[in-house]
Amino acid sequence: MSAPRVFAQRLPRLRLALDSRQTSGSSLAQYARPRCSGQLTANTPRLAVSAHRSFGLAAQTNNSARWQSLQTSQQPRPFSTSSAMSHGHVDPPKPGEELYVTFITKEGDEHKISVSKGDNLLDIAQAHDLDMEGACGGSCACSTCHVIVTEQDYYDKMPEPDDDENDMLDLAFGLTETSRLGCQVHMTPELNGLKVKLPSMTRNLQSSDFN
Amino acid sequence: MASIAAQAKPSRGVCLLCKATTTRIFSRIRTRGTTRANFSSAAPTAAAAATSQNERSFRVAVIGSGPAGFYTTYRVMSKLQNARVDMYEALPVPFGLVRFGVAPDHPEVKNCQEKFNEVAASPNFTFIGNVSVGDLPGHPDASTVPLTSILRHYHAVVFAYGSSKDKTLGIPGESTLKGIYSAREFVGWYNGLPEHADLNPDLTQGDEAVIIGQGNVALDVARMLLEDVDVLRKSDITEHALEALSKSKIKRVHVVGRRGPMQAAFTIKEVRELMRLPDVSFHPTDQSLIPSDLKQLPRAPRRLMEIISRESSSSCSSPNPTPASKSWSLDFLLTPQTFLPSPSNPTQLASTVFQHTTLSPSPFDPNAYALPTTSVTTIPSSAAFRSIGYKSAALREFTDVGIPFDERRGVISNDGQGRVWREQRTADGTMAYGHFPGLYCAGWVKRGPTGVIASTMADAFATGDAIVGDWVQEDGGRFLNKSSGGKGREVEVEVDGWEGVRRDAGVDKARVVGWADWQRIDGAERERGGGWVKRGRSLRVRGRCWLFLDEERLHVLYIDVIL
Repeated sequence: MSAPRVFAQRLPRLRLALDSRQTSGSSLAQYARPRCSGQLTANTPRLAVSAHRSFGLAAQTNNSARWQSLQTSQQPRPFSTSSAMSHGHVDPPKPGEELYVTFITKEGDEHKISVSKGDNLLDIAQAHDLDMEGACGGSCACSTCHVIVTEQDYYDKMPEPDDDENDMLDLAFGLTETSRLGCQVHMTPELNGLKVKLPSMTRNLQSSDFN
Repeated sequence: MASIAAQAKPSRGVCLLCKATTTRIFSRIRTRGTTRANFSSAAPTAAAAATSQNERSFRVAVIGSGPAGFYTTYRVMSKLQNARVDMYEALPVPFGLVRFGVAPDHPEVKNCQEKFNEVAASPNFTFIGNVSVGDLPGHPDASTVPLTSILRHYHAVVFAYGSSKDKTLGIPGESTLKGIYSAREFVGWYNGLPEHADLNPDLTQGDEAVIIGQGNVALDVARMLLEDVDVLRKSDITEHALEALSKSKIKRVHVVGRRGPMQAAFTIKEVRELMRLPDVSFHPTDQSLIPSDLKQLPRAPRRLMEIISRESSSSCSSPNPTPASKSWSLDFLLTPQTFLPSPSNPTQLASTVFQHTTLSPSPFDPNAYALPTTSVTTIPSSAAFRSIGYKSAALREFTDVGIPFDERRGVISNDGQGRVWREQRTADGTMAYGHFPGLYCAGWVKRGPTGVIASTMADAFATGDAIVGDWVQEDGGRFLNKSSGGKGREVEVEVDGWEGVRRDAGVDKARVVGWADWQRIDGAERERGGGWVKRGRSLRVRGRCWLFLDEERLHVLYIDVIL
């Protein structure tokens, strides 16, 4: 059935009036998502919503029995199980515990940044406003935080990428032998002095690509 | 600049780590031009953009609110502080295929919505939902505006409306038998796209299903059919889909392609996911289609071949003591020929006849093509899913306006950077291809329906860079409603974007879903979870749809339609 027909048939008997109070008083907390590290977890908690707006349901249908019959004991499901995004959240390193990482931008500019142990390269780049996207929010589900380790020695010091990371790297633009996903590389003392290059993300398509 | 900053609304996003609102990209939008040049080498500097065009608003209409639309907007707005973007969306809710295409068990892929929310928090951004462009409204409470009106009220228009159709096989039985579904519609159905809420796929007629096509959509469909319903229950899949899938009798899924593993369009992540499904086994693949010396292959095909080869040999060498209850296979070198009805029920699909193919010049050539042979094979299939690709369609007014649409490739003709390309008469009277001033495209309608969100992001950034580059080098003739008045003086027509369009088309403001309305829908969804819960009651649901009402104003509520 076409969408117009669906609407036309159902709208008249499903009209809902909204409680006027709902339109004010929103809380940012309602936009928060349960954090589940990008994995579907069992018993994902219901969303913590501190300021519920009640959607008044005025069943403007003359067939209230119909509504009644639909009240089952089904438990609500959380609508989304996406993990929350952080926005390049890093804490400044404690004095004496600084580690250094250098990002080389697409334009060739070097940015040497002092960071704390454990920070990942995506968070570091975003916290310092470098042009690195993390479309999936650092959950190893895209290839937009692709970085190229400039020195093989450093690449070898990192724990090997797992299958999931390699699967995403396979889709990255400009993949090299020392490519990694920024979200999966965590700074350790062994990686102090690491240099990574941001690949030219945009593969400019030419019209010849289409012929 | 200061005035823009002063208008700044707080961003809606919240960081769960520090509880701070995420205003980061927004501050980037405000500060970038003044602090440092951050352009790619080919593009002019942001500082130049700021000085040459700072005084006037650059009005941009983006048609479509999926990743292509949002990433293009993001790119343009972060490089031009004077850009004001109005985004038109035919549905009352944004995000396109991120919302209605990404599989419900891939929630992490949808995290890109957070970036889109940051973009939308800018005061220079307006979301115009429930308004289609140059098309019939999708339902009685929607509005439509003509494309010609959009062209009158903006400097630039970006087509980012994606691919709303799919390719068909054109074989007997395809359009007459019950049990044959378009994978695009099936995906829309389980994701709550109202258009397909009534698909009602019948998964109870038999235990075998075929999926025709070997891209990632095909593998998504296979996963939905094979995955444990209790796992899906924790995702944001629609209730009606859960119900139908929990009744499904399908135990055996064939994912069929004309060519071999070396030519298949799926990517390794999706294959691995299927291989990892508990209680689902994989039938061995014909090893002769896999090159014997995998080391010679480039990395991506090598890893893909390794996993298929490994799983094929492990599944035949070590018979599982407790056989899996469901199974799947990748069936290569088969092209569909006919859908056959059931002898007992002539309207119901019972099996699919495939013709065998051979690959030329070699099964290992990634660009090999399939040649049909005379031998055929029949696969029992009470359900068949056609998953051979999406297709974009031209907007109704394209022909009148003179926007060239490449029907063969299903894309708007463009220069590869996103500039709409048309044949036009040059100064010396000859015909040549050139940019249709002010018109751009991004995403699937620009390059065809392939690739993941990261590819669309790269593609949208390229379009964004083209727009910014043209604007910065503006000589009068590159945009709509601006023309060179000679001697370098520009004649500029005042454009007023959405206000003007709305006035022209007489759109009832009450029928427009703005960003705040969407946030209300979003809040309601999150509050309720996937089902419909109201004061302790929950209702059995199927299909999602939007209900509006209040006498004074359109209130939008997104609920699951109740049977």
